Amino acid sequence: MKKLSVLLTALTLTAASGLALTGCGSSSAGENGEVIVYNWGEYIDPDTITMFEEETGIKVIYDEYETNEIMYPKVEAGAASYDVVCPSDYMIQKMIENDLLSELNFDNMPNARDNIGKQYYEQSREFDPENKYAVPYCFGTVGILYNKTMVEEPVDSWSILWDEKYAGNILMQDSVRDAFMVALKLDGYSMNTLDPAQLEEAKNTLIEQKPLVQAYVIDQVRDKMIGGEAALGVIYSGEALYTKAENEDLEYVIPKEGTNVWIDSWVILKDAPNKENAEAFIDFMCRADVALKNFEYITYSTPNMAARDLIEDDALKNSPVAFPDLSNYSNLETFHYLGSDGDELYNNLWKEVKSN
Amino acid sequence: MKKKLLGLPYYLWCLIFILAPLCMVFYYGLTDKNGIFTFQNVSAISSPEHLKALLLALVLSLIATFICLLLSYPLSMILCGMKKGQNSLMVFIFILPMWMNFLLRTLAWQTLLEKTGVINNILSFLHLPELVIINTPYAIVLGMVYNFLPFMVLPIYNSLAKIDENVIQAARDLGANSIQVFLHITLPLSTPGIISGITMVFVPALTTFVISKLLGGSKILLIGNVIEEEFTQASNWHLGSGLSIVLMLFILINMALSALFDKEGEGSFL
Amino acid sequence: MMKTTLQKIYMGLIFLFLYAPIATLMVLSFNASKTRAKWGGFTLKWYQALFRNSDILNALRNTLLIALVSSIAATVIGTAACISIMSLKKKSRTIIIGITNIPMLNAEIVTGISLMLLFLSLGLRFGLGTILLSHITFCIPYVILSVMPRMQHLSPYTYEAALDLGAGPVSGFFKVVFPDILPGVLSGFLMSFTMSLDDFIITHFTKGAGIDTLSTKIYTEVKKGIKPEMYALSTLIFVTVLILLILVNKAPGKEKGGVSK
Repeated sequence: MKKLSVLLTALTLTAASGLALTGCGSSSAGENGEVIVYNWGEYIDPDTITMFEEETGIKVIYDEYETNEIMYPKVEAGAASYDVVCPSDYMIQKMIENDLLSELNFDNMPNARDNIGKQYYEQSREFDPENKYAVPYCFGTVGILYNKTMVEEPVDSWSILWDEKYAGNILMQDSVRDAFMVALKLDGYSMNTLDPAQLEEAKNTLIEQKPLVQAYVIDQVRDKMIGGEAALGVIYSGEALYTKAENEDLEYVIPKEGTNVWIDSWVILKDAPNKENAEAFIDFMCRADVALKNFEYITYSTPNMAARDLIEDDALKNSPVAFPDLSNYSNLETFHYLGSDGDELYNNLWKEVKSN
Repeated sequence: MKKKLLGLPYYLWCLIFILAPLCMVFYYGLTDKNGIFTFQNVSAISSPEHLKALLLALVLSLIATFICLLLSYPLSMILCGMKKGQNSLMVFIFILPMWMNFLLRTLAWQTLLEKTGVINNILSFLHLPELVIINTPYAIVLGMVYNFLPFMVLPIYNSLAKIDENVIQAARDLGANSIQVFLHITLPLSTPGIISGITMVFVPALTTFVISKLLGGSKILLIGNVIEEEFTQASNWHLGSGLSIVLMLFILINMALSALFDKEGEGSFL
Repeated sequence: MMKTTLQKIYMGLIFLFLYAPIATLMVLSFNASKTRAKWGGFTLKWYQALFRNSDILNALRNTLLIALVSSIAATVIGTAACISIMSLKKKSRTIIIGITNIPMLNAEIVTGISLMLLFLSLGLRFGLGTILLSHITFCIPYVILSVMPRMQHLSPYTYEAALDLGAGPVSGFFKVVFPDILPGVLSGFLMSFTMSLDDFIITHFTKGAGIDTLSTKIYTEVKKGIKPEMYALSTLIFVTVLILLILVNKAPGKEKGGVSK
């Protein structure tokens, strides 16, 4: 008994000193208020947040999510009152249709208006028809990352991911749209199709592949490929730059059947409590030096032309992985929002794949 | 009268934070998107994918519970047989891993079990064949056993510790040998602990989604994964709640069985 | 003899099983290479980086704060509840104990989701408060189930005797009843603290923006690759608790020590 009370006292004291050490009361709002940002994990250089706070006096409360599908319910439920979110193309379309976004005032965001390349605003019209809601942040493609030492033949098609030679050495994305994109492209269909027959075929294609798949992962593809855990993986182009730097045996390629060209953009929520600060935040991120800093940290392609001009390394500046010349490829598509019925259809099929 | 008042904060708490949330789950589970009463969220369990996920979870958790029981019982007996001073230290040593974060411990197993992980590195160094259990159901069972073992050890240990030495002595005096003592005295008297242990392992194992995600490579869909994804990704709270109601059924069965075998509530985790 | 050697081997194997991952984490915390697969040499840089990483330190602070506050609150509410439950009729008592068991027996995912639904319908803003409410909810049962057995074994006459001898109801309680139930209270507190510290699922569903506990922080990092600072942190926590345990066991005290009765 005595030992127990000694243990507890010691524990409480340690906990209390742990609290003291880590410093209580760090979160008092900045002098100019705060802004609450919800972004993908590891999708920003933390230094830029500090820079923003110091220059503007606005405190940034920063939260992260892993997939669009995880972000959406939280935003819709409104329990966390975010200001700024960074969704992907089709998710932005869904949010617009569900009246969750507020229109942007580009007069308050000169950097956003001027520094982002026009072609990206053009592309954004696929999901933001009048460019009223979104400011592009990062863009890229999805492709195959492979280890040169483990894959002998040239890689140019999604079909290599179905090659039995590489059983147990293939990594697929654990995301319903991305997984179906690969299968649909391979089967020769649009990745936005709602045709039940085509989807059924794609589903069966995925089920066929399942025994060969080592795991369905999201960003662990990166670490696993660097570590040589797998020979082939479906990966986002931004990760490709990083992995190639860490492991020279890795190569990235866009398959000939085509792929997903995506854009992640900043949006402001309709009931955001700090709209002005939100605009200041987005505009700050569009400043050339800030965008450059973010590009160098997260290695995802930036649509910020002013930032690109500042890149010193010519090889990087003209890298086909980072800034591909998309006219070289056909069958490139951007995801569309499929409506809640479409989503349900895809989700059910995905469940069937997973439970097989 | 005053005594009853002392309990008021707790009774209110029960109402608001235990009963009301349950009602919400039932409400969502029994209605559809338009608020109309429907049974389809619950009957959805019978669709092939869901049934498969449930059965898989059942099988894996039952296996894991059984393994935990097999491993814990001898362990608890050994612990009981040790000297007084030593055994509390030993008990602490078995609880200590619980203080390391659950996610990190499970992740560490990933590092150990990976193809190029620690275990395989050692095995290849000794020229032994590779162990490939990561991303298979075996890895999930291992994860379950690892995480929930202490929950089985403690109740059994407590039960065994409560057995009066004199009863065992008396049995011996009356001519029983070790096996008879075990079967007729020790085992029955430790039943409350066994029941408690089974409950504390089976339920979390049945409903886990983290372990299958981390150690199953997201290839193996358990009922816990289905429910979690309905809430976090598919935004279909009605379906998620409906399936949760089915889960609660299992828990109720478990509670009923516990009550049956452990009438006096003697078996306790603590 | 054979038996003891066999016993020792068995214990040793289980010990190995339990501690293998922990040893792995500790080794990794000194690994100079960021990825788990390669060993890049010995380094202390992650420990240094840990103390400069405000995100992780904040998560640690939140975790400790939540654990401390919820276990204290749960202990107070729970102990008071036990006193009250003792004076209930058998039927009411069984019902209340039944309800008490629900959070413990219910799947964590169901508890987490049900609380999330409740908070949403009450229009509460998710944040530290909602996490505290949830943690207290699942901690109280541990307290009650620790204290009740002790209370049941008490003789009601000692309390009455104290009152007869002139003690007031409150001081009578603290002088006579409390010392006897103290082991149960302390057990309950310790269990609550431990469960709250390690909780992931319930916190996952009830937290708000910007608030992370160690568990939720690790979960978000799992996808991108865990920062080695986390390994350093867990090693530190583990070593701290280990040292505490060793000190406590070396401290002179009655033979009947330990958490379990």
